[in-house]
Amino acid sequence: MNRLLPFFGFMLLVLLFGFGIWWNTQHDQNAIPSPLLDKPAPSFNLPKLYEPTQTVSKADLLGQPYLLNVFASWCVECGVEHPVLEAEGPTLGVQLVGYNYKDAPADAKRWLAEHGNPYNLLISDEPGNTAIDFGVYGAPESFLIDARGVIRYKHIGPLTPDVVAKELKPAIAAMAHEGQP
Amino acid sequence: MTRGLLRMLLVMLLVCVGVAHAQAIEPMPFANHAQELRFQHLTRQLRCPMCQNETLADSNAPIARDLRNQIFQMMQHGSSDDEIKQYLVARYSNFVLYNPPLTAGTWLLWFGPLLILLGGTGAVLVAIRKRSHRDAVATEASTANALIDSTPTDNGDDW
Repeated sequence: MNRLLPFFGFMLLVLLFGFGIWWNTQHDQNAIPSPLLDKPAPSFNLPKLYEPTQTVSKADLLGQPYLLNVFASWCVECGVEHPVLEAEGPTLGVQLVGYNYKDAPADAKRWLAEHGNPYNLLISDEPGNTAIDFGVYGAPESFLIDARGVIRYKHIGPLTPDVVAKELKPAIAAMAHEGQP
Repeated sequence: MTRGLLRMLLVMLLVCVGVAHAQAIEPMPFANHAQELRFQHLTRQLRCPMCQNETLADSNAPIARDLRNQIFQMMQHGSSDDEIKQYLVARYSNFVLYNPPLTAGTWLLWFGPLLILLGGTGAVLVAIRKRSHRDAVATEASTANALIDSTPTDNGDDW
């Protein structure tokens, strides 16, 4: 028994490391849990991308749920996400609001002309100050905001068909269910 | 020839490091030297959300630059270090703090090492007690043998 003790100790370490590897494949190590979940979205007032003289505020968007998608033309993973937004966007049942982050409007427009525009509305945050209030630290990031302006779900990194089916759509369904008592 | 190549690579590396360093710390119009020191001290305790192995002071990520600017602006408006930390935690969670507060989620982080130390001390104490008990029994046995035989016996097999 005593002779086997080091072996059991070793097996314990193997299990621990194996668990660590498994855990890391299941979780995005760079995703920071947002403290804003289930809290009112920060207020903002940002110019529209295509009509910079007009601004959109949080109050303007109250009344219907929307998916705020943070993207930029310089962001490589946004190009990965874009086809998913184009395919799934119309099936989501919520408005798709594009949040152009730290990007020159001309670059963003060129990027959208090239890749297609899945958004119902586009706002531009070139300095990136409002994004700090949202806790944005990269792109892409997506926020599901309900009709009362509360953040219900956040995804960091590109939306994949898998994430849309397993996380985003259930979150939208839960929200819709709640809206019709 | 290889030595010359190595030397050239080393020089290039040093130049790159110098450039990266120069970019990470852009000059800011601090009100005074004390404020600059306070800024540097504070940004060294905060973690860049984008590249999580770097402090806000060191990181060259765009978000780190924006957050440094934000902290600078808040300092100009008279915010305290705690207020600035709270501002960042409200947006980026406790992840931005290199010194995480004691919460339900972090108690293992804080007390884990102590638990391991206690467990190890317990195991060592048990082992010592067992061994001294066995040694005592062995000494008794050999003394008894010596008395019976009055000739020295080999105790090597006690091990």
